[in-house]
Amino acid sequence: MTEFVLQDLKRLLKSCAGVDEAVDLDGPVADTSFGDLGYDSLALFELLGRVRREYGVDLPDDALTETSTPKVAVDVIGGRIARSGG
Amino acid sequence: MSRTAVITGIGVVAPGGVGRENFWALLTEGRTATRSISLFDATGFRSRIAAECDFDPAEHGLSPQEVRRMDRAAQFAVVGTREAVLDSGIALDRVPPHRIGVSIGSAVGCTMALEREYVVLSDGGQRWNLDHGYAVPHLYGHMVPSTLAVEVAWQVAAEGPVALVSDGCTSGIDAVGHGAQLIADGAADVVLAGATDAPLSPITSACFDAIRATSPRNHDAEHASRPFDAERDGFVLGEGAAVLVLEERGAARARGARVYGELLGFASRSNAFHMTGLKPDGREMAEAITAALARARRNPDDVGYVNAHGSGTKQNDRHETAAFKRSLGDHAYRVPVSSIKSMVGHSLGAIGAIEVAACALALDRETVPPTANLRTRDPECDLDYVPLTAREHRADTVLSVASGFGGFQSAMVLGRGDAA
Amino acid sequence: MLPDTTIAFTGLGVIAPTGSSLEEHWASVLKGRSGIGPITRFDPTPYPVRLAGQVTDPAVAEAVPGRLVPQTDWWTHMALVAAQEAVRDAEVDPAALPEYEMAVVTASSSGGTEFGQREIERLWRDGPDHVGAYQSIAWFYAATTGQLSIRYGMRGPCAVLAGEQAGGLDALGHARRLARADCRLVVTGGTDASLSPYGLVAQLPTGLLSTVDDPDRAYLPFDVNASGYLPGEGGAVLIAEELGAARARGRADGYGVLLGYAAGFDPPPGSTRPPALERVLGEALRDAGLGPSEVDVVFADAMGVPGPDLAEARAISAVFGPRGVPVTAPKTLTGRLYGGGAALDAVTALLALRDGVVPHTVGPERLAPGCDIDLVVDRPRELPLRHAVVLARGYGGFTSAVVLGRAAPTS
Repeated sequence: MTEFVLQDLKRLLKSCAGVDEAVDLDGPVADTSFGDLGYDSLALFELLGRVRREYGVDLPDDALTETSTPKVAVDVIGGRIARSGG
Repeated sequence: MSRTAVITGIGVVAPGGVGRENFWALLTEGRTATRSISLFDATGFRSRIAAECDFDPAEHGLSPQEVRRMDRAAQFAVVGTREAVLDSGIALDRVPPHRIGVSIGSAVGCTMALEREYVVLSDGGQRWNLDHGYAVPHLYGHMVPSTLAVEVAWQVAAEGPVALVSDGCTSGIDAVGHGAQLIADGAADVVLAGATDAPLSPITSACFDAIRATSPRNHDAEHASRPFDAERDGFVLGEGAAVLVLEERGAARARGARVYGELLGFASRSNAFHMTGLKPDGREMAEAITAALARARRNPDDVGYVNAHGSGTKQNDRHETAAFKRSLGDHAYRVPVSSIKSMVGHSLGAIGAIEVAACALALDRETVPPTANLRTRDPECDLDYVPLTAREHRADTVLSVASGFGGFQSAMVLGRGDAA
Repeated sequence: MLPDTTIAFTGLGVIAPTGSSLEEHWASVLKGRSGIGPITRFDPTPYPVRLAGQVTDPAVAEAVPGRLVPQTDWWTHMALVAAQEAVRDAEVDPAALPEYEMAVVTASSSGGTEFGQREIERLWRDGPDHVGAYQSIAWFYAATTGQLSIRYGMRGPCAVLAGEQAGGLDALGHARRLARADCRLVVTGGTDASLSPYGLVAQLPTGLLSTVDDPDRAYLPFDVNASGYLPGEGGAVLIAEELGAARARGRADGYGVLLGYAAGFDPPPGSTRPPALERVLGEALRDAGLGPSEVDVVFADAMGVPGPDLAEARAISAVFGPRGVPVTAPKTLTGRLYGGGAALDAVTALLALRDGVVPHTVGPERLAPGCDIDLVVDRPRELPLRHAVVLARGYGGFTSAVVLGRAAPTS
């Protein structure tokens, strides 16, 4: 069973989308929206692409938006991985 | 004394038929040239449709060496140039070479050749360090987009200012605007201005797939490009070129040239907001329109036709509709607005020049091309988009706009060629 | 000439093999310190060209905003950092100026070469769904202008001009055009980064690159042993302000002003007509309202290829007389930077005007027959400088010239 936790999300974000200078991604960001963390729609497409390539699961294009939070993303991505039997 | 550029020759290579008259027939009959991709095997891609040109370079007079040397985008530009020069009737050998200029736009340059040769050099993407023993002689010409302007310059033996304008999807309209500026500045008397793009290769399709920008309506390619329609789901890639002969108005009249239209005003603005995103208020595009009208000394009410960017993404169509209302006021509801991308697709940088060509023909032939596939109204897009059928309509002033990655917004105002 | 018809350069930024700041670059140029060395960005051993001018300072990469690193190519990274220096140097706050009166015009020649190669490799090795979302905004030639426009909130008429090595001067000419219309400030110049395997391999068939393996002897423009040029990366960003606007905020004429610009194109291959350079040079001087005797230094295109070198030397001699003006080519320290090359030459020329010193050309020892020019070699030459000419030629026939002045004419 593959786990997907907040640390995994942060790792993917850092490597595929970078980090805004004004943001401490290692701080308490689980409930901050992606938009406020400096991540736009392209960053989220990039994130979903990385999830697909690393975890082999496909999520719908609108699974995450700039108003979603890392906590929601972990639930959505983790849930999808769990359902795929990863 | 101000110098105004006028259009005296038009050459078009567009999906649905090569040549100006085939292009105009497609537009006025409201036919669509979008279809399943045949230029490469699109299996495994999200969007597998495009507006392709049925283009045989040899049939259009390109020699074997020209075919080998030129990327498809260059071939389009050269064929368009030859048609435009012929159409204008201008004797270029009587123009001093240093008074002939070139301004060609392209968003992605020689992408097809670059990708094709990369696949060979890397043996199918298997090696980062490439095998230069397989490099073709003109490979560097594919790497630099400026080659597209070089090829056009060579066609007409231009020795004046030569520019390759690469502003993404506003490249075409911007290149025509730049060409008109060269004439206004007195830097040239004749300018070959236009744009070309041939992006239909796997890397282009894949990169637009990755951001979900192109339409996945693969089962219904013919109706996939649906600007302003409630059921639109992205743009459809296209390819092609348009090249115009621009001359100084007085000189064109003195030689008795047929004038399709006058380039009265051009302006561009940037949203400085996002590389791909648009704010729904259309503010910067409206600014560009207002500035172009001011330069043209025209009022919003003078605009008799608007050639929209109309890419068929939800974001664009709403942004643009807002921009027309913001810049033209109530007149936006009265003026016919249409998107030829519904028929010839979105050829990135080329389409802006193709659209200016369509505007010149619309002025000259007093007919407005329709927006094909517009069957279901989007309540947020509530203007007169000339659905499905072309309309006989005499306009004295037309407006063409473009919007592109980078946040660039451009607008051009054209007037009738027979204006006093 | 009316003072409101030209532009002053009020801020400069440099990222080049000679240094990752304006003053570091200038110090290297005056000391003749070369940035040419073995290619380290990838393994060059399979190729006949193994030397280049690289930007290796790790501080450059560190200065790129974190969110922009993964979504832009190295070519854009360098432009972002150079622009940061230029804006700071100009002491301008873009947020305080009218948004539609600021624009960005850059030159680009090969776009996001390394980024593009990586994504095409993924596509062909792993499949279309391995292409990243940022390919759509990183590879195309307008990426740098777009990112700079966003970063500084500049909503005026932005543009990109590609003319290979001549593009940088065309960008300056376009900046002046915009200033004459409706822009008070234009971020201009350019960078390029062709040092990926594809970027280098694509250039090999031109036969214009030097295959000499000695970094000190490989790129020798105007020399009897000229054997081609070396590729380089980097460039420069300039803040161009409409002269009245610059003076109004107390920047006087900045580092100098653009007095003249002209562009032309060589006749097609096989023509018996002469190349465009001599005519374009003459047009630029006329545009500046200057006679040849008022020009104090020429920054040459200096391709390092015998035929083009001779053609350039003859054009310079035809306008200024044999050995009639000091000529220099500091680009032997960086290699040719394509979209960034002419912009960097213009910056170097502005620094020369500022300090009254013509930097020397490192490398050439003996002029090739027919190259009857006063090439400044061995050491910088101190001279009172009023006006400088910069020449540039781009692959295929692009030919541009600018005339820069220490200050705008007072009359």
